[in-house]
Amino acid sequence: MSAALAEAPPETRVHYLNANYGIKSWLLTTDHKRIALLYLASITLMFFVGGAMAVMMRIHLIDPAGALVHPDTYNKLFTMHGVMMIFFFLIPSIPAVLGNFLVPIMVGAKDLAFPRINLLSWYIFIIGASLTLYAMVSGGVDTGWTFYTPYSTTYANSQVMATALGVFVSGFSSILTGLNFIVTIHKMRAPGLTWFRMPLFLWAIYATSIIQVLGTPVVAIAIFLIGLERLFHVGIFDPAVGGDPILFQHLFWFYSHPAVYIMILPGMGVISEIITCFSRKKIFGYHFVAFSSMAIAVISFLVWGHHMFVTGMSVYAALIFSVLSFLVAIPSAIKVFNWTATLYQGSISYEAPMLYALGFIGLFTMGGLTGLFLASLATDVHLNGTYFIVAHFHYIMVGGAVMAYLGGIHFWWPKISGRMFPDTWARLAAAIVFIGFNLTFFPQFMLGYLGMPRRYATYPAEFQVLNVMSSAGASILGLGYMIPLIYLFWSIRYGPVAPANPWRAKGLEWQTSSPPPTQNFEVPPVVTEEAYAYGPPGSGREGAHD
Amino acid sequence: MSVHVEPVWLYVLVFLCLMVLTATTVGVAFVDLGSFNTLVALTIAVIKMLLVVTFFMHVRHSTALTKVFIAAGFLWLLLLIAFTLTDVGTRQIPQQPEGWGSATTVVPPPK
Amino acid sequence: MTDASAAHSSQHPPYLAHHFTDIEQQNESGTLGMWLFLLTEIMFFGGLFAMYAVYRLKFFEAFREGSHRLNVAFGALNTAVLIGSSLTMALAVRAAQLSRRKAIIFFIILTMILGIAFIGIKLNYEWSADYREGLVPWMSFHVESPNAPGVRLFFCFYFFMTGLHALHMVIGLGIMCVLLRMAAKGRFDEGYFAPVEVTGLYWHFVDIVWIFLFPLLYLIGGRY
Repeated sequence: MSAALAEAPPETRVHYLNANYGIKSWLLTTDHKRIALLYLASITLMFFVGGAMAVMMRIHLIDPAGALVHPDTYNKLFTMHGVMMIFFFLIPSIPAVLGNFLVPIMVGAKDLAFPRINLLSWYIFIIGASLTLYAMVSGGVDTGWTFYTPYSTTYANSQVMATALGVFVSGFSSILTGLNFIVTIHKMRAPGLTWFRMPLFLWAIYATSIIQVLGTPVVAIAIFLIGLERLFHVGIFDPAVGGDPILFQHLFWFYSHPAVYIMILPGMGVISEIITCFSRKKIFGYHFVAFSSMAIAVISFLVWGHHMFVTGMSVYAALIFSVLSFLVAIPSAIKVFNWTATLYQGSISYEAPMLYALGFIGLFTMGGLTGLFLASLATDVHLNGTYFIVAHFHYIMVGGAVMAYLGGIHFWWPKISGRMFPDTWARLAAAIVFIGFNLTFFPQFMLGYLGMPRRYATYPAEFQVLNVMSSAGASILGLGYMIPLIYLFWSIRYGPVAPANPWRAKGLEWQTSSPPPTQNFEVPPVVTEEAYAYGPPGSGREGAHD
Repeated sequence: MSVHVEPVWLYVLVFLCLMVLTATTVGVAFVDLGSFNTLVALTIAVIKMLLVVTFFMHVRHSTALTKVFIAAGFLWLLLLIAFTLTDVGTRQIPQQPEGWGSATTVVPPPK
Repeated sequence: MTDASAAHSSQHPPYLAHHFTDIEQQNESGTLGMWLFLLTEIMFFGGLFAMYAVYRLKFFEAFREGSHRLNVAFGALNTAVLIGSSLTMALAVRAAQLSRRKAIIFFIILTMILGIAFIGIKLNYEWSADYREGLVPWMSFHVESPNAPGVRLFFCFYFFMTGLHALHMVIGLGIMCVLLRMAAKGRFDEGYFAPVEVTGLYWHFVDIVWIFLFPLLYLIGGRY
């Protein structure tokens, strides 16, 4: 790797951003890096649309009688917030943005296995997102993001069809992305890059892709059936004519529980990269972390019934699902223990990505442990349908997945944009996000434990203090998300030029220039060492170019 | 990937087997075997599927990876069906033990 | 290294995409991708099969009654037609492996004829008869039976599953039109036949779905 080449300012060098110009060069690109940026722009939009709805809900809940909107509107707000955030932000977030950008570079290939299918999947995503946005502006939908039958099929008078179609369509985007990653990881690894030399991010993405490929079609068919049911009233989910509404939940959660791991597994991969880099240590127990990703992917398909304990599902099935749900805790805990063991005696430095990663570990642990409460049958009867669940999954989804996403965006931003972000602002934003997040969602654990049901537009006056705390936290959190948006945009133009490897990190992506050339590498790379070959602490060579 | 060109007679033989199996499955359907009719029909369908997968889809020359993927697909389908049937097949309200929850024996709430 | 890659790119065959190192990698990726796609198809149909299993156990008598209103003869005939099309598809792939360009075109056309025959029989002799007999749940349903709601559910599944299957066949026929054009231009030979092979995999999969649909829909509880 020639240092002169890497340190040259991006303007003087041809790379993927300035290789060609014009709107067509973006909309018809098959370069995985540009497609990643297309995804980045689209999901950022969806994130702020979904976030605006969260803000409106929190403003509404400042007053026990509801401060802002009509209760019907409130139903639509929480539904659209869920649909936007889950199907159009969290599921594509790390895989479609960071995965798209990094998977080919990390395996040392020029592109994904199927570049045109990759572009197609973005267009499919955009069609799905447009349908859902159309549903939102043309009246919204109020079924909850879960589309539970028979409400969604028989009684709801909102834009169920458009939203369901949007989700159905975007599912294919997710399937194609996963398919592309699996084939790329299997078939396009650089010479010397054996499975156990792969960065753990790739293991995580691989496990995620398996879930996308095997799970998404099932929710597609479930949503397809909702459409048929609404069009023709065939009665598959209508108990009045012998149908079984709970069957819909089986099909829905067969995907949507593993989908939780579509959101969190890539986050775990990002954290493994960041923790090792900023503690200058090889990951503790590489094989365990790698296999725990695969274990999570498999076990995630065996536990979906824990969403249905109080729906009238068979008690015996519930017992089985409860026991299996506890199993997921094992690989998740393995990861947390191994990250902390990696920190032990590392030379830790607290750059912004590391702050997000440390925040992730704490928040994910809380979210995971409260999940055990919900997996046990008796406790779940009390806590199901309360704010305890809301707090639990936000600790996983926001405290986990979004923190990891932001950490990853910061970590690889110099590679993506060729510019450094302002570090002080970034650390400040990470701290604000952490504080705002906890202030928003910790009170919701207490609210749920005290019995406040979720999805209600009003609540008894005794819950007001905690609700106001939560709303206050939400405004801090919203601010925390705005700051990175501003300074990252600012850095594209004014940020200092990033060197090829600003964090002195290991991994193929840091061996090419920032931003990488269209072909990713000037010379096809050959891998000769293990992942995370950071020197032992105190050896004076930790993280050095060697 | 080394290309294996199968002889034509093999394809024709597989086709003839599939035809015989189709005739068998229709024939057996007209014989009263009680609940075994379903079992026989599904067994024949699985054999036919294996023939198509092994010979027409060239899986007998495929890599272990492809075989694992196919096996995984059917395993996952089985999981979906098995767990769903576990619920539906055992879904009745369990009998309450004697004296539980009846109106006369309400436990007084703790102070 | 640089010299080697430059020499390599100068002798890039026209059908090798720029991001693959060699044609073997490209072929293997294509085949693996198709298999993964078929996995998603298994799960896509699998959701319907799972629901079918539940309702069949719940309303067995009604499903049996509904099943007996279907015409086994046409079902069996269609099974034979579809298996025949699988044979011709396999022979098309074989012709491509041996660079027999005319044979490729011949067998693809034969496969398409059989595929169209399947859909024709389905439309002309089965679905239209079902419509006339009042078996289509959302258009013309009147069945005089104590099991009528269950029979209606059976026909919902019948039309969903056969409809989805027929849709897959139509898509397959569309792909084969493209294939035919490529074959007519002489694009396939023993060095490059991945599109034929991958289409073959898809077509055989559609065949397998029907292999299960036939006994599950037409032969419930025996026809004695």
